[in-house]
Amino acid sequence: MYKFLLCTRYLRTRYIALASIISVMLGVATMIVVNSVMAGFSHEMRSRIHEILADMVLEAMSMDGNQDPDWQMEKIREVAGQYIEDMSPTVEVYGLLTFRYGGQYIPRPVTLIGIEPASKNRVGDLAIHLENYKPTKDDNGNIVRPAEYALDHDPGWDLPATFMESRRLRAMERQAMRNHDEDDDGAQADGHGEQADDALLEKLGQTATDDKGKEEALGALMKARLYVGAQLISFPFPDKNEKKTRTVWMCQPGDDVMISTVSAGKSPEPRSFHATIVDVFKSGMSEYDSNLVFMNLDELQRIRGMIDPPDDPERGVRSITSIQIKLKDFKDAKIVADRLQAAFPPGFYTVRTWEQKQGPLLAAVDVESTILNVLLFMIIAVAGFGILAIFFMIVVEKTRDIGILKSLGASSQGVMSIFVSYGLSLGMVGSGVGVVVGLLFVRYINEIERALTYITGRKVFDETIYYFPSIPTRVDAFTVLWVASGAILIAIMASILPARRAALLHPVQALRHE
Amino acid sequence: MVDTIMMPQTHIAAIAVEKAYRKGEHKVPVLLGVDIEVRRGEFVSIIGQSGSGKSTLLHLLGLLDGPDVGEVKLYGERIDDLPQHSRDELRNRVFGFIFQFYHLLPELTVMENVLTPLMIRHSAWSYWKSRKAFQEQARELLDRVGLGHRLGHKPTELSGGEMQRAAIARALMGNPEVLLADEPTGNLDSETGAEIMDLLRNLNGRNDLTIIMVTHDESIAQQAHRTVRLAEGRLEAWVEAA
Repeated sequence: MYKFLLCTRYLRTRYIALASIISVMLGVATMIVVNSVMAGFSHEMRSRIHEILADMVLEAMSMDGNQDPDWQMEKIREVAGQYIEDMSPTVEVYGLLTFRYGGQYIPRPVTLIGIEPASKNRVGDLAIHLENYKPTKDDNGNIVRPAEYALDHDPGWDLPATFMESRRLRAMERQAMRNHDEDDDGAQADGHGEQADDALLEKLGQTATDDKGKEEALGALMKARLYVGAQLISFPFPDKNEKKTRTVWMCQPGDDVMISTVSAGKSPEPRSFHATIVDVFKSGMSEYDSNLVFMNLDELQRIRGMIDPPDDPERGVRSITSIQIKLKDFKDAKIVADRLQAAFPPGFYTVRTWEQKQGPLLAAVDVESTILNVLLFMIIAVAGFGILAIFFMIVVEKTRDIGILKSLGASSQGVMSIFVSYGLSLGMVGSGVGVVVGLLFVRYINEIERALTYITGRKVFDETIYYFPSIPTRVDAFTVLWVASGAILIAIMASILPARRAALLHPVQALRHE
Repeated sequence: MVDTIMMPQTHIAAIAVEKAYRKGEHKVPVLLGVDIEVRRGEFVSIIGQSGSGKSTLLHLLGLLDGPDVGEVKLYGERIDDLPQHSRDELRNRVFGFIFQFYHLLPELTVMENVLTPLMIRHSAWSYWKSRKAFQEQARELLDRVGLGHRLGHKPTELSGGEMQRAAIARALMGNPEVLLADEPTGNLDSETGAEIMDLLRNLNGRNDLTIIMVTHDESIAQQAHRTVRLAEGRLEAWVEAA
């Protein structure tokens, strides 16, 4: 009984102990906040990757792909039909995107993916990441232009009417300029202006493609149509006057760009062609937004020579490099993967889930969070050493009281348990308050971020960098429990040494202690 | 010495106890073979100069320390070699200590200080169950030592005499058979000291309490039934009180 009485009395009268409570609290709160934010980010990231990647992909081992998507899909349905919700054939190949901005030609390495937008939209989320499906907003979040399409509209390769109109106007301008130039004795422009752009693009285009039907009808679109990743054609521009970061677009839907890639076949040859951007793809995953260009599948197959025979696009057998599969329940992924592995010859196909495809990235995030946890736990360990030091001090200060207790018949274990339970209560109070503070911080993290932004005048969490409208968080009850009990354990361990010292004090010497 | 051995009902005794302390490399002998026997209900004072080892003897008798050589006996049974937990229990149940510097726990109120021996004796649960009775007991005791009005005060708010009264009440709370007092008046003015001595004599007379008191003050020592002088580690003389 005296143990609890003294323990609570010490807790209430030793304000120095507050220091260790606070350090435990801060450690616990930090760990909870960091873990929640990291879990939020990684969850958000995973779900975005998952949205874009489809549950599972059956891939060809070679860039040339495998023939006959219909047969492949048939076969997939045959072996694992009951698990499969939908499928979409794609062709993936590397390429170079070239466009003109500010008087320069800007090349960007890209992954070019030929898709059928409607079926692709069914196996993963495509439409919600396309800009034409989102309303345009100004800086204050007011909608200045409504979304072009509703979300239930199947994505396709048409250019929305507003962009079409401006494209036509620009084409007319260009034509007028060209006529004017020809009148001026065909003098070449001075390297600026749209016509130079066209000239160079044409020159580049001459290498391979037969895309010469250009501008037959004024402002007609290219046969190749693209959804381009937002970061490929835009950059954040910090406006010093307004202290705001705005996104500057270098291309827009309706603009023509150059794509260079290689043909399929035993000796790949370069292929370049013009394509019209019909939409901008913005998923929030920088890795995708700065790398992916979606293109109409049939045109990509035609350009890369993936139709056999090449001169008969209507009836020829087409090739694809992968089939994206959406499962009814992702829990069945293992079964489906095993069945597909068995059904398709291993030399030509591989089966991977989205997690396997993004394995290194996801593993990196895991490693990162493990290391961060180890480091943060050291904060709590530091708090533990604080407790150790403070307890030694208190034991020295209380030496005579310990002697008194022993003279009154208290056992060594009894004296020890005073200090161990003191440590336990410090740990419990500290981690309890820490959990509350941490959870509150996580709950109101966006409000806190706004307040910090207001106070410092600097944006703490910049949406244009992270793409999340607010800081994503995800509280894992198990992590909270683990952190709290870890902190309590450390507090107990740190109090054991001073408590032992107190217990081993000789009563007579303790009583003499001044 | 022959007298004491003949006495009936030897309550507590030390037989040929020796004790030395280590100070760095040197061994400092404090007690060099001391025999003392105290009858039940006797009030014995041990007198001696500072450093004569009188406090050490008291500590040996009260099991706060163990002798290097010799034995401590309670009712003829050797108690200094008992296991630690039995000695803890004896300290709690048989002995009551009073110190020169009162040694109250500063965090606790007078009431709580007085209750500590019972808190130590009982488990948390059984203490909680009978806490009302214990508190009543403590209140009575504090009334008896004249501190009935000071129950909720902290030791720092009390005068020296009051603190010593509280310490006496605490020593009595466990219902001890032997009261060991180490210079109980040493830190008090003579008037207050006299009051404390009155209280001790009163307890000795009324409760049949064996009291062993250590002091360096002859006039205080003489208030006991008998006085024992300790000098240079040995008992020197026996002085029967008038």
